[in-house]
Amino acid sequence: MYSEKVMDHFQNPRNMGEIEDASGVGTVGNAKCGDIMRIFLDIDEDGIIREARFKTFGCGAAVATSSMATELVKGKTVQEALQVTNKAVMEALDGLPPAKVHCSLLAEEAIHAALWDYAQKQGIAIQGLEKPKADIHDEDSE
Amino acid sequence: MIYLDNAATTRTAPEVVEAMIPFFTEMYGNPSAIYSLGSAGKKAINEARRTIAGAIGAKPEEIYFTAGGTEADNWAVKAAAESRSGKGKHIITTKIEHHAVLHSCAYLEKSGYEVTYLDVDGDGLVDTRALKEAVRPDTILISVMFANNEIGTIEPIREIGAIAREHGILFHTDAVQAFGQVPIDVEEMNIDMLSASAHKLNGPKGTGMLYIRSDVKIRSFVHGGAQERNRRAGTENVPGIVGFAAAVRRAQRIMEEKARKERELRDYLIGRIEREIPYCRLNGHREKRLPGNVNISFCFIEGESLLIMLDMRGVCASSGSACTSGSLDPSHVLLAIGLKHEEAHGSLRMTLSEENTKEELDQVVGHLKEIVQRLRDMSPLYEDFMKSRRDRT
Repeated sequence: MYSEKVMDHFQNPRNMGEIEDASGVGTVGNAKCGDIMRIFLDIDEDGIIREARFKTFGCGAAVATSSMATELVKGKTVQEALQVTNKAVMEALDGLPPAKVHCSLLAEEAIHAALWDYAQKQGIAIQGLEKPKADIHDEDSE
Repeated sequence: MIYLDNAATTRTAPEVVEAMIPFFTEMYGNPSAIYSLGSAGKKAINEARRTIAGAIGAKPEEIYFTAGGTEADNWAVKAAAESRSGKGKHIITTKIEHHAVLHSCAYLEKSGYEVTYLDVDGDGLVDTRALKEAVRPDTILISVMFANNEIGTIEPIREIGAIAREHGILFHTDAVQAFGQVPIDVEEMNIDMLSASAHKLNGPKGTGMLYIRSDVKIRSFVHGGAQERNRRAGTENVPGIVGFAAAVRRAQRIMEEKARKERELRDYLIGRIEREIPYCRLNGHREKRLPGNVNISFCFIEGESLLIMLDMRGVCASSGSACTSGSLDPSHVLLAIGLKHEEAHGSLRMTLSEENTKEELDQVVGHLKEIVQRLRDMSPLYEDFMKSRRDRT
């Protein structure tokens, strides 16, 4: 059901792990629907993403989209990273089964959440970036 | 390959295939025909009916062949409800039934029936006191599965049957997982209707049956012919029915030995996992359990990832995670026994057969240890858990 690319990124996830003292960390999804993604970004003074890592609880597609999303934002500026949409992640993976499209949305949201965290820490506003939707802890308390 | 998904389906036994073949190639006549080519099929069906009736203590004329367990459940629940609607429109079932029963009940609810879905305890057992309390004057049907397909818990069917009988309520049991695995006697257990499927006991797919006690009058399921005493029209699946009977004969012959072997393998597998992999829990009752069922939740990880990684190592199993159910919700059975969503997502069902070996299970445990750790290293839930544990100490 998965493309070869998805299987490759699931079996050999790129950038899996944490970044200590990351510039920005974003966690999205919830345990209820079975997917949680956490993305760590290391961003230098020039606003370039030097390092991106992830941790994911979820299905094969969730792992693969996290892996691909971190690959796509690495080396990019914050503004460029903002343009990495779920569609771009899906295309880079040669597509996802219809039931798994939400995983790519989650990956996009996780990047945005990490960028938001970075902006908060820096006390800056990133043009075009809105406050990400509730994270896992908010959903849990519903 | 290590096959641990026998609750999904089983390998058709060679003796079953052998019994079926002549009914494709030589005795292919329509059983309703007058000529002898047809009557060979008719004779084989009657013999199969006797075999299967004998296996559950029923009379041959009480066995109706269907195209599987799902059809039998649909027929039993819908037709029983309709035929008794003059008396009332209340049905009692449980939260852990197969969807064949649950969705049939939901269908009836749309046409004015009321359904009580009984809770189960943490092991998946129905509380017979709660059942008694749920009985109303307008209750017409109780449907409780013999054993659960996901967690393997075996329900107190005899007691439930007695309660139904005492109140004059029809009692149906979905025995798809139990038939051929554990002894069943419809007389002793007060069962009015029972669903079974051939492919769960090394028989062919697409064949099942509904036992209907002779004094229970319910409507036909399929109209259009006199087959199955006018109640289920359509030319009989002769090879399937013959294969079903061959599978039942085999199951009767080996039941005790098969169950003993499976129980030993099951408890060995559960024991090793519980001892060697931290943060897991056994789902379902430890003793009142199908001989081949192992269902374990591994905390902090998700089932589909686990299944893909097992598949890559040649192990076939299943999970109650949402991703494997095709919806966003994890297994209704695991939620009903009180699991949190993330625990339900991380469940793994391994259903054994007598053909599995200890060596295979040793390999599986080895794979599991490696995969579970790998997925936990990837999991933000595990990260949070380990951090909070470090903070506490």
